[in-house]
Amino acid sequence: MATHTIAFVERVDGALHDPSLQTALERATTRFIGNRAKAVADVDNFEALRHQARAIRAGALARLDELLARLADNVERHGGRVCWAEDGAAARRYILDLAQQRGVRTIVKSKSMASEEIHLNEALEHAGLEVIETDLGEYIIQLAGETPSHIIAPAIHKTREQVRDLFVQHLGMEPTDDIPTMTRTARTALRQRFLQADMGISGVNFGVANEGAIVIVENEGNARLTTTAPRIHVAIMGIERICESFDDLGVLLQVLARSATGQRLSVYTSIISGPRRPHEPDGPEEFHLVLLDNRRSEIIGGKYAEALMCIRCGACLNACPVYQSIGGHAYGGVYSGPIGAILTPLLQPDLPDAHKLPHASSLCGACEWACPVKIAIPDLLLRLRADAVNNGKYEGYEPPAMFGWRQAMMNPALYRLGGKMASFGTHLLARNGQVRWLPPPLDGWTKQRDFPPFAPKTFTELWEERKKQG
Amino acid sequence: MTVQPHRRAVLFVTCIVDQVHPNIGLAAAELLERQGVEVVVPRGLTCCGQMAFNAGFRDDAYAVAGRTIEILRNQGDVVLPSGSCGAMIRHLYHELFHGTRHEAAAKELAQRTYELSEYLVDVLGVTDVGARYDGVIAVHDACHGLRYMGLGRQARILLDHVAGARIVSLPGSDECCGFGGLFAVKQHQISEAMLQRKLAHIAECGCDLVVTGDSSCMTQIAGGLSRSKSRVRACHLAEVLANRVGLGG
Ligand code: SF4
Repeated sequence: MATHTIAFVERVDGALHDPSLQTALERATTRFIGNRAKAVADVDNFEALRHQARAIRAGALARLDELLARLADNVERHGGRVCWAEDGAAARRYILDLAQQRGVRTIVKSKSMASEEIHLNEALEHAGLEVIETDLGEYIIQLAGETPSHIIAPAIHKTREQVRDLFVQHLGMEPTDDIPTMTRTARTALRQRFLQADMGISGVNFGVANEGAIVIVENEGNARLTTTAPRIHVAIMGIERICESFDDLGVLLQVLARSATGQRLSVYTSIISGPRRPHEPDGPEEFHLVLLDNRRSEIIGGKYAEALMCIRCGACLNACPVYQSIGGHAYGGVYSGPIGAILTPLLQPDLPDAHKLPHASSLCGACEWACPVKIAIPDLLLRLRADAVNNGKYEGYEPPAMFGWRQAMMNPALYRLGGKMASFGTHLLARNGQVRWLPPPLDGWTKQRDFPPFAPKTFTELWEERKKQG
Repeated sequence: MTVQPHRRAVLFVTCIVDQVHPNIGLAAAELLERQGVEVVVPRGLTCCGQMAFNAGFRDDAYAVAGRTIEILRNQGDVVLPSGSCGAMIRHLYHELFHGTRHEAAAKELAQRTYELSEYLVDVLGVTDVGARYDGVIAVHDACHGLRYMGLGRQARILLDHVAGARIVSLPGSDECCGFGGLFAVKQHQISEAMLQRKLAHIAECGCDLVVTGDSSCMTQIAGGLSRSKSRVRACHLAEVLANRVGLGG
């Protein structure tokens, strides 16, 4: 993954100067936002639903241990196996061992950010296994040798034209921009793979503790095939993705589909509770649930716990003007956009530049407004910024600048003097009443914007004068 | 224009207005006085501390904001011509002062802090301030005011009563202009990309004046308009309402 080694600024710069990316982002986010708005307007009281969803998520996190134990017990009662994976390495080892013990050669996959998080594909491929992504978007980026750039639309950064070229190159498709033809080409290529595969790996949208079930929502139907066609099904679930009952699930599904794609309900909702039973005609022989911790239990109970309420709908990404400008790859981690700027430093703190992501926000709050569980994303970003500063991660000029600022703001005489100097300086630099160049580190401002010179007299001075004149 | 019974309010103009755009402060003062409000500007008031807080330098923010809290103690209503600084006091002081000796004072201050248009419309019940502007106006909703203080409606009510003005709707009026404090400098490429979208929308809506309740957004938008040699101007809501558009400093 080359994106991990170049600096954040360069990734941003590359993204802003990539015309295909800009076109793709513009087309996709606009459509998502429009659909979401319609689907939300459809509900009598979406605000109340959000409230309820938030309470359900908060309640589940508060009783995480209890609910996870109940989920695991019930899964085992249904004949499934449960792996408690403390970190990515443990999860990878479990899945790889299983594949090797069962003589697995080909694996089909569907719907899993968690497997991206633990770099599962690389580990499996490294061991000589063939891994095929089956969701259209994931399949496209697998062909392109890239990583997902959106939580629910992994290939959002690709234009139709780019996808056409990929299919022509890898699948021998006749050049065409006709979307049904492109989809059919991919489907034909994938059908064969489903039949060949020995193992299917899926993600989990929600685990339902009382039922010992996992729930997967999708629109293409590939998750259904992934979880039923091969003889072994492995589901990977971040431990926070749990709810207690089907009642809770009903609420979460309503806000998820509306926030993610603007649908009332996704086309397919699969509820899976274990392997095929003796009297059942189909389904896998084995079902394994991997419960992935990977630092999550450290976050629970701390000042970032709220981030784990996320249901990965992607609404905050679509709403975010920063994401709209730079796309997902610029963030460098598995999760992108506003929630990614929080999750990446928490879940992948070793990633170089991870501490910079919380600064990639103007704190406009559009994400918090869009979030179906009302995660206070800007507040969390601000906490991460404070933590980074406490850990000595800042630009060299910042501490002295802050010190100077603080002295000036605390001491009226210094404040006045600073203002006079700024006024003098900016008037020297001004041409026709506008400053067109500021010295570093402020030169970023004047690259595409003018700056007004500081006023010759401050408001305070003008006010004093006015009072004297009576 | 109804003149209210005697009221007194502290006008906290914020550091940017004080030093860069004093005209906005004068406009705000005039607006309040015309409604019969006695305007008080306490000595030594400088800044709400937002810049350092947003940058993650909470100790510095704490020192500056703590001083501000002390100055504003027992001062009655506090009015700011800035939704962003208002949101800092009302929304973020809670976090900054949580568990400190200023906690109670911060909470109490939050309850009597208002943004200017909110104070005029919701507290004083004014809708027509007797202003005139002959031209086409579009409103940009500054993010913090919009999302953390529930602003937007008030500015439109006041502008609807400005004689001679035609108000047009700005596409994406609630989208961030890309300012975001140090964000505009540290992540200037992203900030510029956001500004360019805003400028395109402004050009599209056919206005000749963009009005916003936040001097920071105004600086960002005006800076972009000026650099792109647009004929459209940007100003603060208070300036239009006090008939001070284009009067400068
Ligand atoms: S933070 Fe909220 S809006 Fe963003 S993906 Fe998670 S649930 Fe959706």
